[in-house]
Amino acid sequence: MIRATRAILRKDLLLELRTKESVPAMTLFTLTVYVLFHFGLDRDSLDGELAAGVLWVTLLLAAVIGVTRLFATEREQGGIDALLLAPVDRTALFLAKASALFLFLVAVELVAVPAFGLLLLGPGLGGTLPELVAILLLANLGVASVGALVAALAAETRARELIVPLLLLPLLVPLLIAGAQATEPFLRQDQGPEDLDRWLALLTLYDVVFVLVSVAVFDYLLED
Amino acid sequence: MYSKGLKPLSVATVVTLATAMALVFFYAPLDADQGFVQKIFYVHVPMAIVALCGFVAGGVMAIRHLRSGDRSWDMRSYVAIHISIILGVGVLVTGSIWAKASWGHWWVWDEPVLVSFLVVFLLYCVYYPLRFSIEDPERQARYSSVFAIVAGAFVPLNFAAVRLAESYTHPRVLSQTGGSLPGDMRLTFLVSLLAMALLFVTLWKLELTAKHASMQLKRLRRKLAEREAVTA
Repeated sequence: MIRATRAILRKDLLLELRTKESVPAMTLFTLTVYVLFHFGLDRDSLDGELAAGVLWVTLLLAAVIGVTRLFATEREQGGIDALLLAPVDRTALFLAKASALFLFLVAVELVAVPAFGLLLLGPGLGGTLPELVAILLLANLGVASVGALVAALAAETRARELIVPLLLLPLLVPLLIAGAQATEPFLRQDQGPEDLDRWLALLTLYDVVFVLVSVAVFDYLLED
Repeated sequence: MYSKGLKPLSVATVVTLATAMALVFFYAPLDADQGFVQKIFYVHVPMAIVALCGFVAGGVMAIRHLRSGDRSWDMRSYVAIHISIILGVGVLVTGSIWAKASWGHWWVWDEPVLVSFLVVFLLYCVYYPLRFSIEDPERQARYSSVFAIVAGAFVPLNFAAVRLAESYTHPRVLSQTGGSLPGDMRLTFLVSLLAMALLFVTLWKLELTAKHASMQLKRLRRKLAEREAVTA
């Protein structure tokens, strides 16, 4: 199963490297949303709750693009049939797709978070890096597992582009709450962690629940 | 098939509902600081509890469907979610009225239960576009069940998250449904809850019976059309 997972993941990453479809689009999207927020809020720099909200909403909206595109190449080029005919476990497919999405999100955040610091954030990002990275990684894990599941759920429907955001965004609300609340103290002028354990625990709980649920139900998706 | 016991159940529902209404208006005392408007509590809270239980029950039925491959369980899960969504509209409307009457705003964001309910409601609204944009009936049943399970697991998680995020400014409703309710209010509340649960089960059975009957009718019509095609 590990071999199958690695093979599918390799294929997805290679595809992304050659076509450069998802990650650049998601990154560009985050930058555009920052500009929108700048004008929409009419503020040159943000801090505290407002900054955390803008950052997390932007990242989750960018994730929607990644999830919409997750099975796109397979469907458009008909590779999905080959993938389903291959004698591999569906769990391997789920793990590969979720890992691909996870890596895409990390790549996007490598640009989007520093860009946020440069463009909109009042206080610097410097002193809070380890905590911020931990929060982002935990959140990415949750987004990746829910995202892969939603992408597979929507893959067979007629109105995919519609179903994905409608389904994904409410499911991500707990992540948004935990992520924004956890990062908010670090984005204030007087930086310092606050209730960090509680929010990290919530993120971890979310990840555990949705990885387990996804693995359990993924077998029933993408059959025949 | 589904209509067994529907008649006594309907009678029991009507009787319990009538008793609950009578208790609400003639037996339960007026709330000391909210007065008459507090009586909406006996509709709003049971409705919310029954709707949430209906969502979770839909998830459990979906598990049975995926486990057994019996599509009638998917139909049960679908109808349970369908009726819970209808009750959900009622919950949001009555909650809104209550909020306006007692806090002066149609919507309050610092009431964790109401906010979590809205998120859950928005998620379950996607059940319809998802279900009806899949044509193949077997696949439709399978995908809907997966949705029902995921969303069912999401319900408690979401409540925990929203509860954590809100400041505890309005714990009033919760403490009321807990142990601190005075005896006559508690009895009224429990009867209302029972009435709402019975109403849910009755509507669920009724809808299942109707769906089953119309499916059978369709099957018979198709058979008839086939026979006519052969003889013609």
